[in-house]
Amino acid sequence: MAEDTIQKPAKVRSVPITHFTDSEAGAKEFPSSRSRSYNYFEPAKRRASVYEDVTVDVQPDPERHLTQGWVYAFADGTSGYPKEWTQLKSSDWHEFRDPNEEWNMTIFRNAANTVRQVAQSLANAKAAGSYAGWSRSWAQIVERHVSAWAHVEHGLGLHVYTPSQRDAPTNMINNALAVGAVHKLRFAQDLILYNLELTELIEGFDGSAHVDVFQNDPIWQKTRETVEQITGTRDWAEQFFVTAVIFEPLVGELFRSGFVMQAAAPQGDFVTPTLMGAGESDCAREQKGARALFSMLTQDPEFGAANKAVMEGWLEKWTPRCLEAGRQLQPIWSQVSEKVVRFDDSLARSFARMNDLLNDIDITAPKEITA
Amino acid sequence: MSRASITKAHSKIQELSWEPTFITPVEKYPTDYTFEKAPKKDPLKQVLRSYFPMEEEKDNRVFGAMDGAIRGNMFRQVEQRWMEWQKLFLSIIPFPEISAARAMPLAINAVPNPEVHNGLAIQMIDEVRHSTIQMNLKRLYMNHYIDPAGFDITEKGFANCYAGTIGRQFGEGFITGDAITAANVYLTIVAETAFTNVLFVAMPGEAAANGDYLLPTVFHSVQSDESRHISNGYSIILMALADERNRELLERDLRYAWWNNHCVVDAAIGTFIEYGTKDRRKDRESYAESWRRWIYDDYYRSYLVPLEKYGLTVPHDLVEESWNRIWNKGYVHEVAQFFATGWFANYWRIDAMDDTDFEWFEHKYPGWYDKYGTWWERYSDLSKKNGHNPIAFEPELSNYEYPHRCWSCMVPCLIREDTVMDEVDGQVRTYCSETCHWTDAVAFRPEYKGRPTPSMGKLSGAREWETLHHGNDLADIMQTLGYVRDDGKTLIPQPHLDLDPSKMWTLDECKGITLNSPNVILNGMSPAERDAHMAKYKAGGPAGRPAPEAVPA
Ligand SMILES: [Fe+2]
Ligand SMILES: [Fe+2]
Repeated sequence: MAEDTIQKPAKVRSVPITHFTDSEAGAKEFPSSRSRSYNYFEPAKRRASVYEDVTVDVQPDPERHLTQGWVYAFADGTSGYPKEWTQLKSSDWHEFRDPNEEWNMTIFRNAANTVRQVAQSLANAKAAGSYAGWSRSWAQIVERHVSAWAHVEHGLGLHVYTPSQRDAPTNMINNALAVGAVHKLRFAQDLILYNLELTELIEGFDGSAHVDVFQNDPIWQKTRETVEQITGTRDWAEQFFVTAVIFEPLVGELFRSGFVMQAAAPQGDFVTPTLMGAGESDCAREQKGARALFSMLTQDPEFGAANKAVMEGWLEKWTPRCLEAGRQLQPIWSQVSEKVVRFDDSLARSFARMNDLLNDIDITAPKEITA
Repeated sequence: MSRASITKAHSKIQELSWEPTFITPVEKYPTDYTFEKAPKKDPLKQVLRSYFPMEEEKDNRVFGAMDGAIRGNMFRQVEQRWMEWQKLFLSIIPFPEISAARAMPLAINAVPNPEVHNGLAIQMIDEVRHSTIQMNLKRLYMNHYIDPAGFDITEKGFANCYAGTIGRQFGEGFITGDAITAANVYLTIVAETAFTNVLFVAMPGEAAANGDYLLPTVFHSVQSDESRHISNGYSIILMALADERNRELLERDLRYAWWNNHCVVDAAIGTFIEYGTKDRRKDRESYAESWRRWIYDDYYRSYLVPLEKYGLTVPHDLVEESWNRIWNKGYVHEVAQFFATGWFANYWRIDAMDDTDFEWFEHKYPGWYDKYGTWWERYSDLSKKNGHNPIAFEPELSNYEYPHRCWSCMVPCLIREDTVMDEVDGQVRTYCSETCHWTDAVAFRPEYKGRPTPSMGKLSGAREWETLHHGNDLADIMQTLGYVRDDGKTLIPQPHLDLDPSKMWTLDECKGITLNSPNVILNGMSPAERDAHMAKYKAGGPAGRPAPEAVPA
């Protein structure tokens, strides 16, 4: 090396100087030096799960540690997460834990897996040219009805689950509802982007037909009306209850599992069931949350009986509406050339699902679905 | 997904929304703003099928860094002075994050624009991500840092300590009151667009300089979602500006939101960065310098001022006054001194400043030593248990007058000469500044400049920590709030970093000390006494020095 390069003074770089501080756990013994768990809540099991650690009490309220109360109020004086935003009552709302234990790792891992699964399925179908084998009548069902369903998922995601996660009183309930919202929204987008793909791949596939179908086809009007009514409900628990416990079995599962999942395969369609299946399994996660929440409320030592009465009132009000919406979908079952499933069998399956849910929540099933 | 296909997909998903015909939507979250004739403005485009894998990838990088930090024994090099302040910072920040998630339906409900709805729904789940990822980071600190006390009580401590309400505004302010005031102007236009720069960019830089490279990993990952949020907010404010009737409300809300964010965020982050660091290289930016760059130049001059072309008047005077408070009035230094004075009322340890720190402060803030140096030397002396009280209860030795609280921003009235006293809602209240007085007396009211503002929120709660505990014994307060270690005696907070149990303060040193609320005492005075008291208070400072006696009332 030449001498002049050796002698050139090094440019002084400004970098942090690291010191050995010996600040790792166990370096010293002193009071609380082993206190290595969040100690301000009771875990559901012996040890707190990561989910509990990252969720419980992140939204402290006057019932939990918040000594100075909410520092902002609405104009009417209510503040924070008003309990009056639902008719249901709890002696301890904070007891609820999301059975799906959702936090950032699970939310994004699960959703990204679903996205990959759907993407692979779409890619395979495209590569195999499998849409070419579809009958015109099946393509029309996908074009009109499967695509119309996207609106339902979107409406529930954006105007039921999304506001509910502001309205419910605890962080654990709200996070579970927020996850429900993006499940619905992702599913809605998948269906409509699938529609876009089919528009490009299937000759004569009308990518915009679903708008008119959802707006005007009599088959869908009761469903649209019911979804609009759910979105127009102020009580968040009523919205969630009606959606997960009544609407999903009587309309959602009826159409998704009771029709699409059964009818697609004989039509040579393996893609639509993949999409529907992903939505269905997300829906089942939300129902698991609903089971946990609403059974906590029916078992409440103080308000259990009153809560049951309220929920039974909701059943009375919403079961006929949802049932009517489901029944109006019946003509779709006869639009497929090859009848693989009878509407009545699908409906019976929906009744059974709803009975199961109500049984777990411990409320009496309405007469309409027990006959 | 490529940009082109995202654009195409984004335009397709607009087909999903529809206007209900069977019902009229419930007005869940009231606003006085109107969007009847707003042209739709598009935010950044995103669809969930590209969003989820992208965020999962970011998460994976964070989890990988966490494993790496543990395997690499990061905690052998972290500065305890820094890590102690994380007990406060990381107890606050997951709450604003989750509150931002909760705020999204307020904006969705108010703004008739499906493209914005889509962006806001994605922001909602971003915020759930931010909140839980930060709680998880803190959990790791609790498990691997030498002193877990304070991390272990985190959310409870935040909800009951002397600094809790200061932080809670930056969170509660997003979700309550007029939907647009809260979820758009306060949250997005000011908090996210302006102040996340110091939060998520300057803070991580300081963490790295103190041996903690995990905080930067997590917070940069969080910050990378921010541009979408800023774009959501910008679309909404442009829509609001299309209606002349909104202008006055926007101007009101920008004044309130700007000032409150300044009071709260500069207090907290300024303290963490200036007083929580051990890295005193003089070529690094001070908080004031990074504020000037990120907030004054990048936000105020490049974002806020250009909004004036839409006919809006932005609060130039308040931006200048914030800078004036930071640069000339010692805002951050006064706050740090207050936090240290109140060490007995928290759940972290506060290190004294030493000669190296003094030299740096003098270099960055000429004249600093004359104002604050002696007090910090006193703090250092009084940090040793030696028969005296915690420094807050040794006013003579410390030459410090415990401050009044600002009713609005809940940071105390530390720039003594700016204090405003007024009787509002039947109570004599103090405010740190004219603008904080205006916030309570004028802005958060059901009428503004003669027009009804029925949706505007209210300031509520037991806003003064000292008043809540007035007249109580310090040892009882510490026990009730849970600031005691697992031997039932040693305090979690300490005025030094020495973990030798014999040097640590215990309940014994707190017994027999009564905490008083300056506001209760003020309200107990006659009007004449009050005026005299306030004249003297305002003549005090800097550094909390009481004014000499015989100041004319
Ligand atoms: Fe965030
Ligand atoms: Fe203030």
